[in-house]
Amino acid sequence: MEEAINLECDGDTIIRFREVTKVYPLPGGDVVALDKVSLDIGKGDFIAIMGPSGSGKSTLLNLMGCLDTPTAGNLCIKGRNIRGMSDEDLTILRRDYLGFIFQQFNLLPLLTALENVQYPLILKTGSRECLDRCKEVLEAMDLDETLFSHKPSELSGGQQQRVAIARALVNDPEILLADEPTGNLDSKTGAAIMHLLDDLNRNRGKTIIMVTHDPSIAEYAHRVIRIVDGKIS
Amino acid sequence: MHSLMFFELAQRNVRLHWLRSLLAILGIIIGVVTIVSMGILGNSLVLAISDSLSTVGDSIIVTPHVGGMGFGGSQSSNLLSERDVEQIRRAATPHVTIPVYSGSSRMKIGSEDTVGTVYGLKSDDIPLLLEIEDGSFLRGSSGAMVGSTFAEENDIKVGSRINLGEKGSVRVVGILKERGMGFDINPDFGIVVEDQWFRQAFEQEEYNQVIVKVKDLNQIEEVKDAIDRTMNRKETTVDVIDTKAILETILTTFGQISMFTTVIGGISLIVAGVSILNIMLMSVTERIKEIGVIRSIGTQRKEVRRMFLYEALILGLIGSAIGGALSIIGGYAVSMVMLQTTEYLFVPSSLVYIVYGVGFGLGTSLISGLYPAWKASNLNPIDALRHE
Repeated sequence: MEEAINLECDGDTIIRFREVTKVYPLPGGDVVALDKVSLDIGKGDFIAIMGPSGSGKSTLLNLMGCLDTPTAGNLCIKGRNIRGMSDEDLTILRRDYLGFIFQQFNLLPLLTALENVQYPLILKTGSRECLDRCKEVLEAMDLDETLFSHKPSELSGGQQQRVAIARALVNDPEILLADEPTGNLDSKTGAAIMHLLDDLNRNRGKTIIMVTHDPSIAEYAHRVIRIVDGKIS
Repeated sequence: MHSLMFFELAQRNVRLHWLRSLLAILGIIIGVVTIVSMGILGNSLVLAISDSLSTVGDSIIVTPHVGGMGFGGSQSSNLLSERDVEQIRRAATPHVTIPVYSGSSRMKIGSEDTVGTVYGLKSDDIPLLLEIEDGSFLRGSSGAMVGSTFAEENDIKVGSRINLGEKGSVRVVGILKERGMGFDINPDFGIVVEDQWFRQAFEQEEYNQVIVKVKDLNQIEEVKDAIDRTMNRKETTVDVIDTKAILETILTTFGQISMFTTVIGGISLIVAGVSILNIMLMSVTERIKEIGVIRSIGTQRKEVRRMFLYEALILGLIGSAIGGALSIIGGYAVSMVMLQTTEYLFVPSSLVYIVYGVGFGLGTSLISGLYPAWKASNLNPIDALRHE
């Protein structure tokens, strides 16, 4: 069965949900966050996930990000069914194939901009001889070199988000997962960040899955998935 | 390389929260200094006692049985007859048997009156038991050798005369080396005269005790048993004491006291450990979101654990190193205050407490860091990311 699913996920499909259900057991009763969701995301897609609060957007993104596993159904990422995978394997999958961009940037406050970008690369390669690569990625985010040694608290919101995108890109993942990437930015900076993501999708072939409430931001995506009460509508 | 990165992160976090880190380090310093100082004090105490008793560790002391109700002359008078001594000598052969007279007397030295112990020994036996500091050993029967403390307290020198009242007077021919407390005789606080002189002066023919000097310490038990078999065959006429066993008991007792004081010191280290536990738990709580971020971007649980253990290790290393250095001063101070000497401070058996102290400091810090590190590594990344 596992083999069949693996084969199914080959080709252009990079993420495949099949009858995926996610249930959170709570003292007041079980909460069904996702209800038998089936969905295919191809290589190079740019997808916006929209829906009201509590509809299951974050659960969907968490499952794609291998931060959680389905209660039922199968979820294949890069041809690998993540259901029943060990925490160690899920962590390696996140490190090597996925890049995360958060609404609140979530840079490590103890590290400089450059060190924040270095962090995932050192995790992957175990080597510190990666400064050139990190600088290159930061420069590609239109960040001035003088900012590389700054701590996150010394950077503006837009600069922090560019560093966060550089951190997500440094391991050259195929999939970028963005949770409200412009939610904490003004419209001008938000637009600049969206241009950057659009460029990464168009010119570098990155698959981008983005959760947003903002219809104008969703317009950058090729496809919008609307989710209501744990089901794709 | 991962390890170095996590060590650096831990180091930066310690620096960022320098005040609380400093307080935790202070706790470890106090704990280490206390444990080491107590250990050094205890060990110095054992060494000091051991030094003052070590010269008597190779002896068997035979004394008349106290409380004996037999009909033998030696029992009724609580003394040992010449026949008893001969029997002991035969049982202890080839080891040296030294019969000893002892008593006390008022003495007049110059114009000063005092009371002191008088030991009567055969001139040939004296060099076997005692060492000389000044003058010479006894040759004639009217001379005396004086214990070092007694000589110092009464300003006695070679050539001084000591008047024992009706018993006669003796001229000091030698001053003895300090011998320390003993189980056989304590000449430091008295004088030693020739046995013949003692017999006449004290009108006593029988001996107070017999000392058997055993050449090989491993034979002590064997000789002791031989004397016991010979002398106490029918009834207990003598008590046979093995000084090595007494010495060992005393040293064991002081060793236990030393261990107890060190354990008391260890309590302060436990308090320091609780302080580190508290600080590390605070650190985990403050950094829940950060833990969520690093987990989501590919940090393994074991790496998170390692990062927090490094933090505990850094606190422990700094605290233990400073504590270890300061404990030399602590050990010096307690030795000076309690023993009035520091001669036992820089000996390996005392210095090893610094290694123990530093080891315990590090161990306590690491153990205190275990739970917070485990807690941090087991956080659910999704919950941790949502944490505000």
